[in-house]
Amino acid sequence: MPAKSFLLLKIFIKTAVSSWLFSPIMIHSLFLINNVGDLFLEKHWKSVISRTVCDYFFEAREKAVEPENVPPVIHTPHHYLINIYREKIFFVSVTQTEVPPLFVIEFLHQVAETFQDYFGECSETTINDNVVIVYELLEEMLDNGFPLTTESNILKELIRPPTTLRSMVNTITGIGNIGQTLPTGQLSSIPWRRAGVKYTNNEAYFDVVEEIDAILDKSGSTVFAEIQGGIDACVKLSGMPDLTLSFMNPRLLDDVSFHPCVRYKRWESERVLSFIPPDGNFQLMSYHVSAQNLVAIPVYVKQNISFFETGPSGRLDITVGPKQTMGKTVECVVVTIHMPKVVLSANLNATQGTYNYDPVTKVLMWDIGKLNPQKLPNLKGSLSLQSGAPKPEENPNLNVDLKIQQLAISGLKVNQLDMYGEKYKPFKGVKYVTKAGKFQVRM
Amino acid sequence: MSASSAFSDEKGGSSGEPEYGHDPASGGIFSTDYKRHDDLKEMLDSNKDSLKLEAMKRIVAMIARGKNASDLFPAVVKNVACKNIEVKKLVYVYLVRYAEEQQELALLSISTFQRGLKDPNQLIRASALRVLSSIRVTIIVPIMMLAIKEAASDMSPYVRKTAAHAIPKLHSLDPDQKDQLIEVIEKLLADKTTLVAGSVVMAFEEVCPDRIDLIHKNYRKLCNLLIDVEEWGQVVIINMLTRYARTQFLNPNINESLLEEGDEKAFYASDEEEDEEKKVEASALAKRKPYVMDPDHRLLLRNTKPLLQSRNAAVVMAVAQLYFHLAPKAEVGVIAKALVRLMRSHSEVQYVVLQNVATMTIKRRGMFEPYLKSFYIRSTDPTQIKILKLEVLTNLANETNISTLLREFQTYIKSMDKDFVAASIQAIGRCATNIGEVRDTCLNGLVQLLSNRDELVVAESVVVIKKLLQMQPEQHSDIIKHMAKLIDNIQVPMARASILWLIGEYCEHVPKIAPDVLRKMAKSFTNEEDIVKLQIINLAAKLYLTNSKQTKLLTQYVLNLAKYDQNYDIRDRARFIRQLIVPTDKSGALNKYAKKLFLALKPAPVLESPFKDRDHFQLGSLSHLLNAKASGYQELPAWPESAPDPSVRNVEIPDWSKCTSRKDRKEKKVEKPFYSDSDGESGPTESADSESDSGSRSESVSGSDESAFGSESEESGEETESDEEEEEEEKMKKKRVEKTKAKKPVVESAESEQSSGAEDQKRGRKTGKDRKSASESESESESSESEEESEDESEEESESDADIRKKKAPAKQPPKQSKKVNKKETQEMSLLDLDDFEPTPASAPVTPVNFLSSSLVSDLEGLSLTDTILAPSTIAQSASMKMCELLHRIRGEGLAVEYCFSRQPFSPDPNMVAVQIQFTNNTSSETKTIHIEEPKLQSGMRIREFSEIELMSAGESVTVVMGIDFCDSTQAANFQLCTHTRKFFVSIQPPVGELMTPVFLTENDFKKEQGKLMGMNEISEKLTLGEKCVNEHVIVERVTATANLSRVPCGSDKECRFAGKTVSSGCLVLVTVAMKEGRGAQLTVNCEKMVIGTMLVKDILQALTQ
Repeated sequence: MPAKSFLLLKIFIKTAVSSWLFSPIMIHSLFLINNVGDLFLEKHWKSVISRTVCDYFFEAREKAVEPENVPPVIHTPHHYLINIYREKIFFVSVTQTEVPPLFVIEFLHQVAETFQDYFGECSETTINDNVVIVYELLEEMLDNGFPLTTESNILKELIRPPTTLRSMVNTITGIGNIGQTLPTGQLSSIPWRRAGVKYTNNEAYFDVVEEIDAILDKSGSTVFAEIQGGIDACVKLSGMPDLTLSFMNPRLLDDVSFHPCVRYKRWESERVLSFIPPDGNFQLMSYHVSAQNLVAIPVYVKQNISFFETGPSGRLDITVGPKQTMGKTVECVVVTIHMPKVVLSANLNATQGTYNYDPVTKVLMWDIGKLNPQKLPNLKGSLSLQSGAPKPEENPNLNVDLKIQQLAISGLKVNQLDMYGEKYKPFKGVKYVTKAGKFQVRM
Repeated sequence: MSASSAFSDEKGGSSGEPEYGHDPASGGIFSTDYKRHDDLKEMLDSNKDSLKLEAMKRIVAMIARGKNASDLFPAVVKNVACKNIEVKKLVYVYLVRYAEEQQELALLSISTFQRGLKDPNQLIRASALRVLSSIRVTIIVPIMMLAIKEAASDMSPYVRKTAAHAIPKLHSLDPDQKDQLIEVIEKLLADKTTLVAGSVVMAFEEVCPDRIDLIHKNYRKLCNLLIDVEEWGQVVIINMLTRYARTQFLNPNINESLLEEGDEKAFYASDEEEDEEKKVEASALAKRKPYVMDPDHRLLLRNTKPLLQSRNAAVVMAVAQLYFHLAPKAEVGVIAKALVRLMRSHSEVQYVVLQNVATMTIKRRGMFEPYLKSFYIRSTDPTQIKILKLEVLTNLANETNISTLLREFQTYIKSMDKDFVAASIQAIGRCATNIGEVRDTCLNGLVQLLSNRDELVVAESVVVIKKLLQMQPEQHSDIIKHMAKLIDNIQVPMARASILWLIGEYCEHVPKIAPDVLRKMAKSFTNEEDIVKLQIINLAAKLYLTNSKQTKLLTQYVLNLAKYDQNYDIRDRARFIRQLIVPTDKSGALNKYAKKLFLALKPAPVLESPFKDRDHFQLGSLSHLLNAKASGYQELPAWPESAPDPSVRNVEIPDWSKCTSRKDRKEKKVEKPFYSDSDGESGPTESADSESDSGSRSESVSGSDESAFGSESEESGEETESDEEEEEEEKMKKKRVEKTKAKKPVVESAESEQSSGAEDQKRGRKTGKDRKSASESESESESSESEEESEDESEEESESDADIRKKKAPAKQPPKQSKKVNKKETQEMSLLDLDDFEPTPASAPVTPVNFLSSSLVSDLEGLSLTDTILAPSTIAQSASMKMCELLHRIRGEGLAVEYCFSRQPFSPDPNMVAVQIQFTNNTSSETKTIHIEEPKLQSGMRIREFSEIELMSAGESVTVVMGIDFCDSTQAANFQLCTHTRKFFVSIQPPVGELMTPVFLTENDFKKEQGKLMGMNEISEKLTLGEKCVNEHVIVERVTATANLSRVPCGSDKECRFAGKTVSSGCLVLVTVAMKEGRGAQLTVNCEKMVIGTMLVKDILQALTQ
């Protein structure tokens, strides 16, 4: 008994001390928790914070029901837990003092992206398989809770990403993943690009990807629509190329954000993108074409869903057709409906593609594929409801996914790409894709 | 309790739990023996790196899982000095994790890091400091302090950055070191590299956020560097500057603050007359106190604005909050677009942004109104996002958009997400209270919801309707009746309580129904929830007071039931009410007022946003998000009544654009200001302007406003402007500096340098030619690469002997002669076209012509500074014009070639050193076609050849000028001199002093620049002056003879200062000779290029000690 009280006293002192000597740093510790609630990795940048602090998180997690509804900031007596949910993993960071929450959130996303970049995917398995690299990465990315190196080009110089070939070589030769040479990029004037890049084939590819965000109402008229675009680049050029990308119609762009490499003033004055690119894949810019401009909606959906008061059944009838497609084919069309909870099963007939109803998640998914304007795909049939339950009051919403190749729906066109600073002639390519973003039809 | 379980958890780890089982890194061989990590210890003790690595990997995997590996400490710490870099790194990871627990053992590793701190490799120094400072062992505090101090003045910016990172670590370990740390912070704040800026401001924020005075001197620099700082640093700096600005500048909305209140009132009550009055008042106030924005305030706003385009949400948010808190009302609007853009990001980002937008929409509704639809809700949004969006939508609602909004809300009510539906109903209620016009529509809509099948919806509607009815109960007795009927069906306690309250409150409007309801409730009293019971008692009391005839018995029944209730609140309430309303002998005076007490007119509730007044927290902060002060939160100070002295931010007395643009150039070397060159130019030059003309403040405000993006056009305007020399001079300098920055288009820069005079057209043609020749020569120099070196070298050797002999007899004549010419001619020829000289075939009078080549700058300097100042530099020039032999008469078979560094700017290309070459034909025959061939140069070096000498008759001497870009190195330029018969390999090696050109600085300028070139860029040497160095004059002569520098005026006669810049990259070279007692002196050279610096020190030392 006295032994136990001594222990308790000790614990009391320990916790008390830790709360007095709070350390004013941005990110104190990081815990990775999977969606079942197992804590599978922890990292501390200062003295260790007991993992019991996560109990507060688990409590909130339970309360939220859906993982997306866990509040990003959780207030506990001595700590603040700032977390993100990505790829079925919660990244829970612990901080003790005032810190801009977005700062931490952005950083955590950057961590997740780095893992994705390194291991191909960011999942519990890959993290566990590469726990040492993960630890090394976290060590480099954060110093004393403050971000140190987050630029992937430099990280890759410091810590080489694993490849199957290399891991084989590593086991044979015993040479590790850590770069033997010290990185130069950190010290250069262009921190996002590593020095001494060399390629035999010099190529630069730019993908203009546009996503249509829209809400259509029951009658098919647009409640709200806008276009979110981005230019994803894959640049493999030797040396220090200085690129200039210009558009035919830059005035179209309403709001833009840039990779740090883009010279803002050039954009401001000439509306061209002038930059020394990072090596490899990166997003050069993202832009926004506002709702003020008329947004072309590439498909229309005629839908009718009704539930009957008498008898446990309902009827569904959906037709999808092309609308404003600029003469291109609409591909990969998928319609998703979150059904009311009382819908038990669906007995439908699709003229094209396949449908699938998951009675657990209540999601009806109809994978249509290519849209044929001559023969419009249709899904029709009956829904069976839970017997005895009242007919659902609300109508489900319908989400549409689609893809149109070789078209930027906003009409944006790249004019040309010039390269300065290097002598060779690079191979250049631009591709356009339009996709559905958050494309929703209300029923 | 929570701590205790953690404790046992930690203990549990060490008790031999088979953790290897989970360990992916563990090989099968060792997994059998898992007792007390013996196998790991063995592996660590082995001398095979691969085994060590394997062991370390497994240990790190254990740490990652939160398992205890502390008993391995002795085995691990031994490997801290391991050669294998990967093992070392993992040992560091381990060390940082466990050092705190094993303090004594951790000390074993310290010496390794101390050694690392002295390593020549900056990255090793940095990593040693990083680990050393991460070991939380109090004993080593003094060592850490020393290491940080040293690293803070390290020559590598990366190490200095690490030092900045180490400051908060040490501070949290030992807060007593604060004062010393603040000194280090002060020092690092003065650092001008972008790499350091973010980290040191972070240290500042954590160690001494209240020492705002440390920022003054660095404020402008931070503003200007901001765009090139890495993203994380930007966030910290912007947040700090927001606070700073709040203490230093005046509220830009000072005249509108009154107006604002008026606006708000107008929104709720829409009495416009009052508003009008306020406006008049406000404008009167404005007249009294005209607001002029401090240029520094403007600078901050302007330099942060581009960051709204950052891809990093945290940066965008930081700028947004800065604008919200600091910008004039009219300008805040720009942030809306960027914030709306963030709505596309991850849901966590959305969550934070929406919270902030919600707060902003209350204060500045107009700014988000155009983006109303961006806040429309999708069924796929997480609930917490939906509710926040709803909040924003409600805040944005006004008379014009309410109808569309209500339609939108209507669809939300049909959602499957019930929490969201409830929130939507409340939103409708709030719109109805705020906007009078739609109150009835909303009420009707809500009443319709009362027949909804979902009870939650109905309940929520009841609660909201209750609030609405309170505003105008008279008109809505039928709704109250309708609700009374609902009491039979609704089970949600809150809703039942609301209905009962309504009936009680307005029982006079429904005199028939009210007693009946009470009757029903009396029946079910015992089964009701507590809040409902309380309302039943209330209802009974109110009815008793208004309609005691019908309800007296009922009331008593209810009160009796309540008297024996389980809940003491209800028992108390019943007792209290009985005393109050039922007149007895004992009841006091209060009885008389019972009716007044119960049936007083209650003010209608104001439905307010939970985000109201949240903006007293700095937006974007954790405290704002939680609506509670987080520990360590720095309050956003209120605006000062009157502005503090703005001069505290002045950094000494600056003069025109020169210094700042030079600073730019340096940045370009170290960290190129990335966002386009024009930015780098316009920003700092403007700031320099505002620094200098503090007198004409208002003017500079308006000026800088416009010039934000128009700097280039302005300059072009300047070029065509006036011929006034003094002005011209300034511009020329500015331009020249800019030109040297723009390295790439060398030829173009040369062109524009010349194109400031009158004869533009002619020049245009000329430079066209120039360009062609330049490109030709360049291509040539590239093509000729392979050459036998051995021959070259041997020649050099033989030459050098000859050199020494020849040096004694310098040919001083030509320069002296020319000096006179120069002096005389400057007046007339100041603005003449000077191009003629260069490519023309050289002939006898070349030397004077050569002097014409001196660029306009020096000519104009000569004009404005008068002869006295011109004197030292020209004297120096003549003194140093030692001819060196390039080709000896004998080896050259009669052709003797000598060269000297003419110290004149080489006008076709300002990045080249002008070399004057004199050919003497000692043969008895003619020599033809003398030209240069096959230059063999170090990479980056360039040569501009002199044009071919077609003919030299016997005994004739010809002087020509060629330009060489030595790339600021003393490497020799090798090339061939060809005549019509022979080829001679020759090489020109410049002394370091010739690689620079003079720069004219004022004393203050000099000091300022010197301040920027401290640390590794400064080389200091003590010396004893030579016998002849008796006075200042001799020293000046000696120094200027050694190096092509110009004297900087100096107040004290004990010090001589010289300034110059390297020819090809334009790095500043500053030389100071401080004389002490006797012969003692101290020589200091500041130069960014350390090689140049050291060589120069050597040369000057030699010159002075002779």
